[in-house]
Amino acid sequence: MAKIKINNMPLNVPDGITILEAAKENNFNIPTLCYYPDLDIKSDCRVCVVEVKGHKGLSTSCSTPIYDGMEIKINSPRAQNARKAIVEMMLANHDANCTACVRNMNCELQRLAESLGIHENRFDTVLQEKAIEQSNPSIVRNANRCIKCGRCVDVCKTVQGMSVLETAGRSHDAQVSPAYGKELKDVFCTYCGQCSAVCPVGAIMEKDHTHNVWDALDNGDKHVIVQVAPAIRVSLGEELNLPLGSIVTGKMVAALKMLGFDRVFDTNFTADLTIIEEGHELIGRLKERGKLPLITSCCPGWINYCEQEFPDLIDHLSSCKSPQQMFGSLAKTYYAQREGINPDDIYVVSVMPCTAKKFEAERPEMRVNGKDPDVDAVLTTRELAKMIKQMGIDFDNLREQKFDKPDEVTSGAAAIFGATGGVMEAALRSVKEILEERPLEKLDFDTVRGTDGIREAEVEISGQTHHVAVAHTLANARTLAQKVREGGTPYSFIEIMACPGGCVGGGGQPYGTTSERSRERIYSIYQVDRLTKIRKSHDNAAVMNLYSNYLGDPSGEKAHELLHTHYVNRRKK
Amino acid sequence: MMREHKLITARIGKINPESIDDYLKHDGYTMLEKALSMRRIEIHDHFEASRLRGRGGAGFPVAVKLMALAKESRTPKYVVCNADEGEPGNFKDRYLMENNPHQIIEGMLIAAYATVATEGYIYIRGEYANAMRIMQKALDDARERGFLGKNILNKRFSFDIEIRSGAGSYVCGEEFALLESIEGKAGRTRVKPPFPTSVGLFGQPTLINNVETLATFPSIIDMGGKAYAEIGTETSTGTKLISLSGNIKHKGVFEVPFGMSMRDIIEKLGGGVPGGHKIKMIQLGGACGPIIPEYMLDMVIDFERFEEFESKTGAGAIIVIDDRFDVFDILRRISAFFEHESCGKCTPCREGNLHMLKTVEKFVNYNATDKDLNALESLARVMHQTSLCGLGQTAPTAVISTLHYFRFAYLNRIEESNIEEAV
Amino acid sequence: MELKRILEKYPKRQDCLIDVLLDVQNTKSTRHLTEVELARVSEHLGLPESHVFSVVSFYSFFSMTPRGKHILQVCRDVPCYLNDTFNVHETLESMLGIKTGDTTEDGLFTLEYSSCLGCCDQAPVMRVNDTVYGNLTPDKLRAIISECRSDDDA
Repeated sequence: MAKIKINNMPLNVPDGITILEAAKENNFNIPTLCYYPDLDIKSDCRVCVVEVKGHKGLSTSCSTPIYDGMEIKINSPRAQNARKAIVEMMLANHDANCTACVRNMNCELQRLAESLGIHENRFDTVLQEKAIEQSNPSIVRNANRCIKCGRCVDVCKTVQGMSVLETAGRSHDAQVSPAYGKELKDVFCTYCGQCSAVCPVGAIMEKDHTHNVWDALDNGDKHVIVQVAPAIRVSLGEELNLPLGSIVTGKMVAALKMLGFDRVFDTNFTADLTIIEEGHELIGRLKERGKLPLITSCCPGWINYCEQEFPDLIDHLSSCKSPQQMFGSLAKTYYAQREGINPDDIYVVSVMPCTAKKFEAERPEMRVNGKDPDVDAVLTTRELAKMIKQMGIDFDNLREQKFDKPDEVTSGAAAIFGATGGVMEAALRSVKEILEERPLEKLDFDTVRGTDGIREAEVEISGQTHHVAVAHTLANARTLAQKVREGGTPYSFIEIMACPGGCVGGGGQPYGTTSERSRERIYSIYQVDRLTKIRKSHDNAAVMNLYSNYLGDPSGEKAHELLHTHYVNRRKK
Repeated sequence: MMREHKLITARIGKINPESIDDYLKHDGYTMLEKALSMRRIEIHDHFEASRLRGRGGAGFPVAVKLMALAKESRTPKYVVCNADEGEPGNFKDRYLMENNPHQIIEGMLIAAYATVATEGYIYIRGEYANAMRIMQKALDDARERGFLGKNILNKRFSFDIEIRSGAGSYVCGEEFALLESIEGKAGRTRVKPPFPTSVGLFGQPTLINNVETLATFPSIIDMGGKAYAEIGTETSTGTKLISLSGNIKHKGVFEVPFGMSMRDIIEKLGGGVPGGHKIKMIQLGGACGPIIPEYMLDMVIDFERFEEFESKTGAGAIIVIDDRFDVFDILRRISAFFEHESCGKCTPCREGNLHMLKTVEKFVNYNATDKDLNALESLARVMHQTSLCGLGQTAPTAVISTLHYFRFAYLNRIEESNIEEAV
Repeated sequence: MELKRILEKYPKRQDCLIDVLLDVQNTKSTRHLTEVELARVSEHLGLPESHVFSVVSFYSFFSMTPRGKHILQVCRDVPCYLNDTFNVHETLESMLGIKTGDTTEDGLFTLEYSSCLGCCDQAPVMRVNDTVYGNLTPDKLRAIISECRSDDDA
């Protein structure tokens, strides 16, 4: 322990921690901007400077370790003035038309300026207008708002191992940009959206679909239905000021109904369907000695990655559509038929923790009628929260409601899709029980749970040992895919999710998502699983009814037509 | 004390820099031999006794760095020679490389032996094509004669050196930016701590010293640390290379003992200002150094005196500016330099240098106000106090010093601006 | 192909990047780098293209637009300014009929600014490709330019 003083208060703090950590531990919040838990300490915004006795200049609290006898002044006039001047410099080179920004009232720079009491800027504006990039389906980049904190570059490089975004140029011309200043659609970007989740301002954001959805809701001719992904119910609350890890399924359904959706469905239903299809695909490949390992395909970030970087592994990918797209194609066929609605009048919205899902929805393969997208609009968790706020809904006081019938029946296996390892576990619950033709003794496959980047496990099915592996983040996906490419891996089944923690840490999740927060969400997701009556996808009677009433056999002709897809080599040269 | 004290430049003019035989004839590499016959701790004692401080600008005690590296057990360890001399007004490292390359190599070898380092790099700025060619030949010759490579002088000591070229970036003279550049990256500095002696090049323990510093090592082995410390002043031992430029008769590099006054250097060694003009001011150390008025020229060259300017820099440039020049024209060029050379990583340097340039231009163009003066003053302080590396910390030095010594010029210009506006 | 030959000279190590890029650029009469070349370099060294571009856009030696065979870089820092009695830049601009930053139509010359060239003892100075010329006078500039022209004829 070291004895230090912060603002003259004597404190004992553990050795080796930084000033920022020591302050936080003692309830002093030093303002920061480039600092982000999980990412490297960059110390380049210089907002967190404090005065340390004996140091000539000011010291950044994020990077300076404490030592015994250190005396720190967080708010000395010198430190306050410096912090203010630094933020003023940022504002002088920032499109500060706040009311026109998606981050208005939810912007770290704006909050800083407010807390520092910046009402006028001593520096003249030096902003040079740059074009806004919005030519891809998922991500919008507005360089006029970028403050060069480097978080997006860091997450893209070190967490995802992609290095799509880099800092180019120098001095005042330094810009965050893909190679050659190209647009994201022209480089190797998977649209995972992690950059948009860590951006402190409105410089990188998801493509806004809220306007399209408001328009559809307002259009009396449209039958607007919505599906909600498994990971939303454990994260949405955070954007609406509820405690971390709150499970808000019922309130969320109520809010969606208040927004005016004609029907509110659960993507967990098609997650169960995915398990049935993917499970049969795996059983088929195991029995017929097909291409193994089978690799999951529900994560569109991973699919984009595989198609571009590992096109030789396309045969390993499950041909199943993702739960989002299974829902979309069934909505415009089975559901339209059942409800007697013209498919052209059905508008399908999905709420996803993900920006790549916006790209997935626009893929030409995802159109059962050959022309219109099956899913018309994709909202991120953040966008849904925004709509709820725009509508003025008092979310916390809502009475819980249930998903619409008959698809309200879903399994715990579907719920855990939102966590890394969840699809694997859901599939194992079904595949093992179907193949062994006797009830599982134990439902929880603990060995595939957890948050290690790559996890391997052995599963015994009918006396035979099967090797499986789970990876999350694209950096880990690369490592695992490389092994598969080289051949000789023992795996029969692999689950890959592009985002850290799986969908709970998705690029469309609430701002401020960290591995620590993701772990809380994962905990809640397994809570949902435990509290669900049905725990296995093939026990979901509603799904099995769908087969007998409409689809026929799992993996059958109709199922293939509606629920499966194909992939293409999209390597860019 | 009005003459040069030729210690590390003693051989210059007497040897052909491209001939290793010439260097050997003038006792070249004998100090390496002497060092290799000593116990490492003895070498460290000499460096400690010499009280030698780094000659690149920061003035860090050399013995402390050497000992820190020697104590590191992780291998490999590197010795890096910083030859990225980009500070306007400085050319002494080029002078050494072009005229006495082997002495630098010998210095690196002594450093490597003392710290048990095995690999060396010389990072030379890309503009120095000629120096690079001469250093490369010297390295090749030294390797051929067995001064580089395995079992040097038949001792259990192996060390080799590679040259890395810069590509036009001043900030790469900053030690971490330099390491990044050697690693094949943009020259954006790293967070300190850790310092290079523990986590440096390729993440390994690394000693980085300036050309002049390393070229001094053979002299310290030769004379012994104690004798070396007798040259110069109490706080600044030894000799310093001064790059003299600007409005001066004899431009060039002069080796003087610490403690010599600037007036003596300018008048006695430099021959004063040509063309019947008078000295108005000088810039000390280079673009990152203070601008001081003529009446302060009796100040002596000394680390402690330099530090009074909140400028760490003592790379040893003196730029003489005569009475024909306007202080704001000079400041504009200095600000433009830093605005161009900032790496862009940290906010105060990236944004601040642009604001500084724009504000100085207002003074140049006679449209400055009191508000500009206040903004400039606080901007300069904030950049100095909060920038991540030496570039941003010292970029405002010229402004800070002129705000102090030439304040009347700022006030006059504001008044003149008001008149212009009224007209 | 020239590029292939250059790449083969270097080990596949990231720290060779700057040397490789300089080498590639210097072998071309247009003294610039193209996207295709950077892609090849990044593939050879196993680096992301964004990294290679980050380096190219950082260092002032590199250019991604074609330049003249002779690049004239005139120092604009204080020691040269103090000794620049006739305005080197403007003189060159009128001699070559171009503005700073531009290339002559015959592709022979590009006129650029440079940060200090470290030859303040010879101020004013400029660099033509790898060679530094100091103590510049208008006559000297004329001589340098005609030398470059005749080099090209030879």
